[in-house]
Amino acid sequence: MQTERGIRTSPSPKLGFVRRFGRTQRALHWTHATAFFALLGTGLVLWLPALSVWVGRRALVKEIHVWTAVAWAAAVALIIILGDRKGLRADWREIERIDRDDRGWLLGRRTPQGRFNAGQKLNAIFTTAFALLFAASGVLLWLAVRESRFRWDGPIVVHDALTLLSLALVLGHLYLALVHPTTRHALRGMTRGDVREDWAREHHPKWIEESERQTGV
Amino acid sequence: MNDRLLGRAAFLGILGAGAVGMLWGRSVADLAGRLLPDQVAGILPTKGWRIYTIRGVPRIDPAIFRLRVDGLVERPLSLSLGDLRELPRVEQVSDFHCVTGWSVKNVHWAGIRFDDLLAEAGPRPEARWLQFFSEEVPYVDTLSLEQAFAPDAMLALDMDKKPLTGPHGFPTRVVMPRMYGYKGVKWVNRIQVRHDFVPGYWETHGYDSDAWIGKSNFGFIKGQE
Repeated sequence: MQTERGIRTSPSPKLGFVRRFGRTQRALHWTHATAFFALLGTGLVLWLPALSVWVGRRALVKEIHVWTAVAWAAAVALIIILGDRKGLRADWREIERIDRDDRGWLLGRRTPQGRFNAGQKLNAIFTTAFALLFAASGVLLWLAVRESRFRWDGPIVVHDALTLLSLALVLGHLYLALVHPTTRHALRGMTRGDVREDWAREHHPKWIEESERQTGV
Repeated sequence: MNDRLLGRAAFLGILGAGAVGMLWGRSVADLAGRLLPDQVAGILPTKGWRIYTIRGVPRIDPAIFRLRVDGLVERPLSLSLGDLRELPRVEQVSDFHCVTGWSVKNVHWAGIRFDDLLAEAGPRPEARWLQFFSEEVPYVDTLSLEQAFAPDAMLALDMDKKPLTGPHGFPTRVVMPRMYGYKGVKWVNRIQVRHDFVPGYWETHGYDSDAWIGKSNFGFIKGQE
């Protein structure tokens, strides 16, 4: 098995397909997505007056919200510890590198893109940073009622603002992954792990060129 | 600029903005609350208030509403909203603090002091505690007579110079400004005068009964005091 820049070349994808995400990346994505929507649902009930009043049962909703967060943190930690850490590190290095072409892409130019386009890189950066901030402000909120020296008025504002920002982010993500014609094929990469080579060549040419150079095709 | 640094700078920048927000986010949120139109403020809790209920806002018909005052009293009472409006009325302005971290500044309250209310019923000598029952069953809470007789504590009927709205406890709620908001039972329909202490709803979920702001709900780190 060869892992180079997060590209697993084995097990070999079907003919005409290229491997985009390994099992670790997909497990991480779907674990995070499931937890996100469970936390968003319970969180909105705790936050929005109209929903709080409609659902009631605050103590129960609070318990579900907190335990979902604990399960999320444990599952993410477990996947990272037991999974393909080398691959994840390579992915993150790739995500952090916003090169000339990426900056052009963000300015609206159709510059050639690598395995992740610049928008996908930003989405990953925002999602990861938001997750860490959600966790930090959430722990402080949980602690505040148990140890009132941590009852600052900032964490609840941060938690609320993150809810709005990540809602906007996830709506954009869902549109591009499920609806937008030229990007929605990427969903297959996150479900089955591979994508059509001709699609990748058109939308992520630098990725295909580089992997061909590496495998000597 | 180094390509590699750009994404990392963005990542660390977001984390930094979040950390700043944890310390100074309140002032930013207050500003946003003032700038946002009322329609948005109606959906998001931007004006400071959040409505926490355990069973939803009870619907109370003001025509048939009665506040019962019973237990260790000489003359048990059953007061209509009209009767309550006849009692001596007091007003005060105070900040409201929720234990979960949000506060509302300068809330104007008007209502009845507990010693005026109890004077009508005549508490017996062995009376020590007031247990408040909410229409939102099973929400209850307890104050000692001494706490309830604090000059700024009251059974409020009006908030910000208007009758209480449903979400804020219509028709009557407890206001205890120097304690966290969970002591302020909303939709109060019964006050039982007791000799013994009974823990309130959130107190059975681990909160302190003597919920003085800044002086309670400690002990998670140092152990129970």
